[in-house]
Parts: sequence; C-alpha cells; structure tokens
Amino acid sequence: MTASVVVTGLGVTAPNGLGARDYWNATLAGKSAIGPLTHFDASPYPAKLAGEITGFTAEDHLPSRLMPQTDRVTRLSLVAADWALADAQVRPAELPEFDMGVSTASSAGGFEFSQRELKNLWSKGGQYVSAYQSFAWFYAVNTGQISIRNGMKGPSGVVVTDQSGGLDAVAQARRQIRKGTRLVVAGAVDALLCSWGWVGLHTSGRLSTAAEPTHAYLPFDDRADGHVAGEGGALLITESAESARARGAKVYGEIAGYAATFDGREPGLRKAVELALADARVLPSEVDVVFADAAADPELDRIEAETLVAVFGPRGVPVTAPKTMTGRLYAGGAALDLATAFLALEDGVIPPTVHIEAAERFGLDLVVSQPRPAALRTALVLARGHGGFNSAMVVRS
Amino acid sequence: MSQTFTLDDLKRILLEGSGAPEGTGLSGDVLDTEFSDIGYDSLALLETAGRVEREYGIELDEAVVGDASTPRAFLAAVSAHLMTPAA
Repeated sequence: MTASVVVTGLGVTAPNGLGARDYWNATLAGKSAIGPLTHFDASPYPAKLAGEITGFTAEDHLPSRLMPQTDRVTRLSLVAADWALADAQVRPAELPEFDMGVSTASSAGGFEFSQRELKNLWSKGGQYVSAYQSFAWFYAVNTGQISIRNGMKGPSGVVVTDQSGGLDAVAQARRQIRKGTRLVVAGAVDALLCSWGWVGLHTSGRLSTAAEPTHAYLPFDDRADGHVAGEGGALLITESAESARARGAKVYGEIAGYAATFDGREPGLRKAVELALADARVLPSEVDVVFADAAADPELDRIEAETLVAVFGPRGVPVTAPKTMTGRLYAGGAALDLATAFLALEDGVIPPTVHIEAAERFGLDLVVSQPRPAALRTALVLARGHGGFNSAMVVRS
Repeated sequence: MSQTFTLDDLKRILLEGSGAPEGTGLSGDVLDTEFSDIGYDSLALLETAGRVEREYGIELDEAVVGDASTPRAFLAAVSAHLMTPAA
C-alpha cells in the first residue's frame, strides 16, 4: 500500500531559532549560532565550540510535574512536539488515542540527567539517585513523554541510527501511517552538551578543535577538519493525506521517497539516493535542491560530492548545508534539515551554507553565503550516521 | 532533626522531588485522597520514599511504599519507622 503521507506541522528547537518561524528567519539571514560552549567549562577539552540553544526556559512551556523527571533533551522534544501540533492545528484530545503515534530518533537519550545521577551514585550512594533516572536516560524517553503528554497510544518507537536517525524516524512514521495510523509525531531532538556527553562526542575523532566559530565547520571546503556539535532538532506532524484533507489542514508537502543503506565494501550513500528517488518515482532532473549531510570530513565530503555528481551530473543540482549555522545536531540534524526543506519549498528559496569557500574540485553547485530564490517543488535530504548508516529522503510540495 | 513526619512534610517532599501535580492537587484536605487522584504515580511515590529515607535516616520496606495509596497511609508507614529506636 502506498498511501500518500504528508507533513502538516513543524516544531523546531534549533540553536539559531526557537520555533519554525524564528529558525527560518535566522537561517535565511545566515545567522550562525556556533560559539564558545557555555553550558559547562569546556576549557579542558580539545573541542570548545558548539551550537547551543540559548533562551530556552522549559518552565515557561511545561508543567512543574515534568521538571524533576526530564532531561533537557526531553524538554526540548516536548516543546517541539507542542509547537508542531499547534502548527498543524491538531488538538490531540479531540482525536482517538490509538490513531496517533510517536516516532523519534535519539543518539544518546538524556545524558545530562544521567551524568548528575551517576555522580550522585558514586559520590553519595544509591539512595541519592533519582527514581526518574529509571527512564530519563533512555533513548525512547522522548517518544514516551510525548506519547503520555498528548495521549497518543498508537504505534510508537525510537530509532537509534546516529545521525541518520532524523530521517529514519520519519520513514518509520510513514510506514505506520501506511498501515493505518492516522497521525504520527515524527523526527528527532538531541542534546548532548554536558561534560559527559562531550567526552563521548570526542571519541568520533570528528570534532573540530578550531577556536574561531567561522572556521570550525567547513564542509566541502579545502580547510574541512571536522564538525561542531550542536543541540536541538525538529519534530514534524506526519499524517495520511486523507486525514489532512478531511480536516482541511495546511500541507507543507509529501514524504515522497526514502531509502536507507549501510556501507559495505563501497560507501552506500549513492545507493540510498538512487533508491529514494526510485521510491518517489522522481528523476534526478526533477530534484530542485539537495540538503547535504555535509560531514566536513575530507573523505566523507568526497564520497558525498562524488555521489551527487554521479547522480545529478557536475554542478547538476543546487546543494546546501544550513547546518553550518547550527552545528551537527546528531539525530536532530536530519530532522531539522527535513523541516528546513519544507520551509524552503514553501518560500521558494534555498537557505545558504555559511562560512565556507567551496572547493572547486568537488564539482558541486553549493549555495553559499546568501539564500538563493528558486522554483522549488522537490527536495532531497541526506544523512549519514557514524559506523555506516546512510539515509535519503525525497520530499515534494 | 525533628522526628515527626507530618502532612506538610509529605507535601514538601512530594513537591521537591516530583513537582506540582496536575490532578486534584495538594491543597485542601488530601489525607484520604488517592495519590493517583492527587496526580502522583507510583514512581513519584518511590522518589518520595527515597527522599524520606535520606532525610529521616530510616529504611522503608518496599511493600510499604506500594501499599500506601493515600497520604494518611504513607504518614502512618513513616511514623511507624520513626518510633522504632535507632540501633
């Protein structure tokens, strides 16, 4: 069954904007949020820059009862879900609870909460560990809390595929909707900017140790030397086209195609792109813009550029990486790219990649510095996760 | 430390450990209201029991926490331990 699945609401918590509108305005203005880490003292660590969300006060948005039991990532997720539902004009209490599900991705669960409780455990003893540690750390906690808060008892789950997760969770939502669930809150938010999370992120060997925010995350640039980590992401309201039509909802566009592959002898990215285009029944020439994974690792950039040139031809399609303004948000990154793609389709403008000087040898038509107006109907979003995950998603207005 | 445990102590520890409830709440006469109606689940009671144990230097049986479904029952369970002379 291939019923059409559409997106009717966007909820964004990004380092350079809270709420889809704020984020989109900041992104079109090229506003970067990459700067020195302030959540904790990062001076002892090699990497000292991050894309932090500032000005987010969870208590302004969520009830007191949720505060002792939630990590920052769950608070951001709950608020992003609230905003997405409001944007879609969905009032969950008015819908049958088993018709609504939640599908999120997560790279690490509630790290800051866990760091505090583990510290309590080994410095004071087990009696001092919060009972809420039992679930606050867990990868699936964001899905669970969104489900409880909104009374959504339909098919729900979590995907853990590192930075591909933001797309994989939305793909899972599409499967559930095709199987009969009416609406699924889908996407990902990650927030790992505590000292324990920071140590973990360093193990990838891919964090930039640059001191200058404008020199730290430079994908497809000859100076590329790792990325900056950020926090945040996006949740989307995915819905059967039939349901959206029945309630007269505004539709951002359709989740038209998707594929996931795993690296083997050869990198799997190209196969993921080709399969996603085939799933969407879209020709390469019909794709109007690509939101790149943009690893800013010389080898990974080469693989992605070769993939795009092989599929679309040299400088064959506009390519952008607005995540250069936020840093990589782990599972949240691809979900935010997906939301960004829908905003771009709506406004007919491609947001820029900032700070970079595109290396000619890659043969890419990168949209740099300034947004580029364009007639946009179809976008391709790419995401790769550590260890060999590749995901590609085609969206269409 | 005063070795009495009152309804106000229980309310304070509930609020500190689990936040303000969204059910009928903690105001008014809640002594015989089910915790679930007040707005606290079993995990909130587990957290509360842990905090009471730390603050009062006592050990509550797990069954006590599970069985005390109202503030009156919870107070009685804690008070029984407070009357036991410390070893």
